[in-house]
Amino acid sequence: MDWTALWLSMRLAGWTVFILLPVSVFVGRFLAYRRFRGKGLVEALVMLPLVLPPTVLGFYLLVAFGRNSPVGELWHSLFGSQLVFSFQGLVVASILFNLPFAIQPAQRGFEAVPVEVREAAACCGMSPLRSLWRVELPLAWPGLMTAMVLTFAHTLGEFGIVLMVGGSIPGETKTIAIAIYDRVQGFDDQGAATMSAVLVAISLVAITVTYALSARVGRRLS
Amino acid sequence: MMALEVRVQAQSPIPLDIAFQVEPGELLALVGHSGSGKTTLLRTIAGLWQPQSARVRVNGVTWLDTAARVNLRPDQRRVGVVFQNYALFPHMTAAQNVASAIDHLPGPERLAEATRLLDLVNLHGLGGRKPAQLSGGQQQRVAVARALARRPEALLLDEPFSAVDRATRERLYGEIIELRRHLAMPVVLVTHDMNEAQLLADRMVVIEGGRMVAEGPTDTVMSDTEALRAMGIREVAAMLPAVITEHGTDGLTRLEAPTGPLFLPGITGAPGTQVRVRIMAHEVILSRQRPEGLSAQNILAGTITRIVPGAGPAVMVHIDVGGPEVLARITRRAAEQMALQPGDSVHAIVKSMSVARDHVARALRDVQTAQ
Repeated sequence: MDWTALWLSMRLAGWTVFILLPVSVFVGRFLAYRRFRGKGLVEALVMLPLVLPPTVLGFYLLVAFGRNSPVGELWHSLFGSQLVFSFQGLVVASILFNLPFAIQPAQRGFEAVPVEVREAAACCGMSPLRSLWRVELPLAWPGLMTAMVLTFAHTLGEFGIVLMVGGSIPGETKTIAIAIYDRVQGFDDQGAATMSAVLVAISLVAITVTYALSARVGRRLS
Repeated sequence: MMALEVRVQAQSPIPLDIAFQVEPGELLALVGHSGSGKTTLLRTIAGLWQPQSARVRVNGVTWLDTAARVNLRPDQRRVGVVFQNYALFPHMTAAQNVASAIDHLPGPERLAEATRLLDLVNLHGLGGRKPAQLSGGQQQRVAVARALARRPEALLLDEPFSAVDRATRERLYGEIIELRRHLAMPVVLVTHDMNEAQLLADRMVVIEGGRMVAEGPTDTVMSDTEALRAMGIREVAAMLPAVITEHGTDGLTRLEAPTGPLFLPGITGAPGTQVRVRIMAHEVILSRQRPEGLSAQNILAGTITRIVPGAGPAVMVHIDVGGPEVLARITRRAAEQMALQPGDSVHAIVKSMSVARDHVARALRDVQTAQ
């Protein structure tokens, strides 16, 4: 059992959720409430990582993160390190490929808040921020919860893009999914089996808990 | 001073050209069919909609002035709104719903005020329930309490009775009339129900296709054939002020009107209560002689003041019955056969059973001020 790899995967998933939560609240809310020209295109862009092969996204990220690219240069001048083959680079990649998993459910969550209820909040004297906190977030909660759990579980399981952008540096970019691959390559079937089972268990628990929580919220509201 | 002044002009989504004012404590009904623009007006006052050109002033403060580029957000306007489907916050209890409008108060004070308001709308002890655990009528009461919590400078009611059954609606009418004694702010009620307007409103504005076709005291507009063409000629009625004198053992109530006694069924209210009775013009029968051997209980003697021909086969006969007018919508043929002329004496016959329970309203301020 490669605990370092598991811990790295957990850290990666944690950071991804932590950063994507506010993003999914604001982008999901915006997409749920507003109508504008090109909304279809924006939604398609958000969904794109879902259908693209991870290698395609990984390739573009490698190019974008490279020392000679503007992004790579900016990162280097700010932090003195490079994005490729680093944990930070992995977090950025993880955020990008999790956009659909975070934003889609969040958007559905906010769409479930009736317009009238939002207007009532404004007419009760709540500022937009207060309305978000007191009315919209509690009602959109099941969607946001789903977004976070899906993102977390999906990050644990991601393989292709991690390999492309991160390589397989132990303690830095070697996640549990990569470690399993390594064990299989090294004919350590026993190790691969243990880690696979652990990953299945974690994912199953995470998704079960979400469903249970959403069902409870659903009962609370109806 | 007018408490609420509204002027709206717009081309889309529907053409609108309307201006009206409401006094403190006055209830104005905006009446019209769906799509006439009445709800858009209400949304403009609340700040949920901005027309191309509009001005909304409340107690001398400008809430919206498109010319001066003033447009306060809804939460910056001291407004109370009761939405058609109430729009209660489903995750909060009744008390929390009410308290959510007074977030600025400290906790204990907020709870006390929410409890007081729930008591005011007859929801004592139900503050801990979620909206889903309340009946339609109870939800409406929570919505009213929540709208009042901010101590609004204008109270807006958007078809607040349309989502409940008839029996509940009649009870809620009574409660709103009772509640109005405590309210000093202008109230605007949007409705397509003429009975509702008659029961609750001091004044009415009739809207058709985004334009005002009539405006005035409820009883005047109610008996104005021209004004009511938009609402349907069958809505035309006379409003008679009356006082309940006695409940008969057979279920009929005796009322004293300037025209003499009236006998009507199904009326509640203690003797001495002032009411106004809506006598539908198409329910009134005219007779030259005082009829004998007739089942109708109400025969009002009077003098024809004018006869207004309509577009169809009917005419509207206005009869002075000793102060107020009664309207009779009869066929042109009948008017010719009887050779009715202004100045003639006639008897207006009103079947007791033709006056529905919701045609009798507890008197509002205009009856008192009329005396």
